[in-house]
Amino acid sequence: MSEIKYMIFLGCVIPYRVSSFEVSARRVLRNLNVDLVEMPEFNCCGLPLEPISHELMLILSARNIAVAEREGLNIMALCPGCASTLKKVNKILRENKGLREEVNKHLRESNLEFRGTIDVKHLSQVLIEDVGLDRIKKAVVKPLKSLRVAEHSGCHLSRPRKYIGFEDPENPTVLRRLIEVTGAKCVEYMGETECCGATVAGINDKISLSLVREKLSNIIEAGAEALITICPSCHLMYDANQIRAERMFNEKYGIPVLHYTQLLGLAMGVPPAELGFDELRVSPEKILGKIGGGFP
Amino acid sequence: MSRNEKVNPSRIDPKFKYEVVKMPGGEKLLQCFQCGTCTSDCPVARFDEKYRPRNIIRMVQLGLKDRVLGSDFLWLCASCFTCTDRCPQGVEVASVIRVLKNMAAAEGRIPQLFKVQLGNLIKTGYVYEIPESRIKRREALGLPPLPKGDVEGLIKSLKGLSVMKVLEG
Repeated sequence: MSEIKYMIFLGCVIPYRVSSFEVSARRVLRNLNVDLVEMPEFNCCGLPLEPISHELMLILSARNIAVAEREGLNIMALCPGCASTLKKVNKILRENKGLREEVNKHLRESNLEFRGTIDVKHLSQVLIEDVGLDRIKKAVVKPLKSLRVAEHSGCHLSRPRKYIGFEDPENPTVLRRLIEVTGAKCVEYMGETECCGATVAGINDKISLSLVREKLSNIIEAGAEALITICPSCHLMYDANQIRAERMFNEKYGIPVLHYTQLLGLAMGVPPAELGFDELRVSPEKILGKIGGGFP
Repeated sequence: MSRNEKVNPSRIDPKFKYEVVKMPGGEKLLQCFQCGTCTSDCPVARFDEKYRPRNIIRMVQLGLKDRVLGSDFLWLCASCFTCTDRCPQGVEVASVIRVLKNMAAAEGRIPQLFKVQLGNLIKTGYVYEIPESRIKRREALGLPPLPKGDVEGLIKSLKGLSVMKVLEG
């Protein structure tokens, strides 16, 4: 068995509000023998600030890539927003030598250099390409056969297509395949590839919460008992903001939103207390009761 | 400024479209033939009638610079890139809109949210101010300490970027 080793990139959203994703991701990756190295220094990937400056985004991403290059490690990002941005910049700067030199002028001010020697992957890509479904399946000791869930891959897992490349944005299958290996049934529903609206939250809540409402209504219609995400921002929208959407539209959804890594952890027989379940805003009690895990 | 306001010919800037084409992401702007795939597939457009990516592209082609850069709707793009991936003409619609936001920002038109995030970035490396309670919670959850931002190096790398002027005002 070859060694799988990555520098883990947390981004900003996870430390700020979504520790449950990090806890569960680290826990299942440990079970799957994926070796994680912490970043010695870090800054935002640049995605949230690209609307005000593309150049700023390039420099921010390039700095992170350069740090990983200095350590000689590939990057695995938990957040698809970070992964897509780092991948995009990695590709742009590898292909455009003139721009690379311009960006490197900025990086050299702090003794960093982008050389284009490492790769960037999202967690889901590491799971499907490096670990592989066979090995994940072997680690599943408690198949979740009684569960009906819906998947939400999120836009940045596959878009824009020309920079991401490992997933089909029109017919995403990666998260679905990863869910099915846990034994849970993954239902199909209307608007599966629709955006969660996270980027508009804070600018226009009516739009973002309307998107939340639409998604949750569609998965309830399809008979799903939980929604599975693999992005911290999508998770925030459907979990923490589910209550706000309920208030705005005077409706009740009550849909637990689990990180994929929590679902996988349960299937691996990891106790819920070690998977950050108590950090969720919508109670997962129904789900845990059903699979006999008990609520921490 | 309203999208439906009458066009004042003296306010048209015929060179505006060429400025956009020169920017990374804006290259294919002139290929747009107004089919409307972007607007019909846009998640934001479904819930806000002010936001119409096709109209934004057309306004740029027509040279309505002030109207576009001064608009609020520009900032409603969710950056989902559905329009970019589905455009039959290869126009990177979301990137054109990002170019326009960058141009608006260069004129000092920046929503407060981004000023706050930029301020946080150069203080800590993170765009959010991560509360002490979260740091303590990390320990309780058995998570390793957060990677530190090399703030000094970061500021050196950002020297000379015009967007940093935002923080002076």
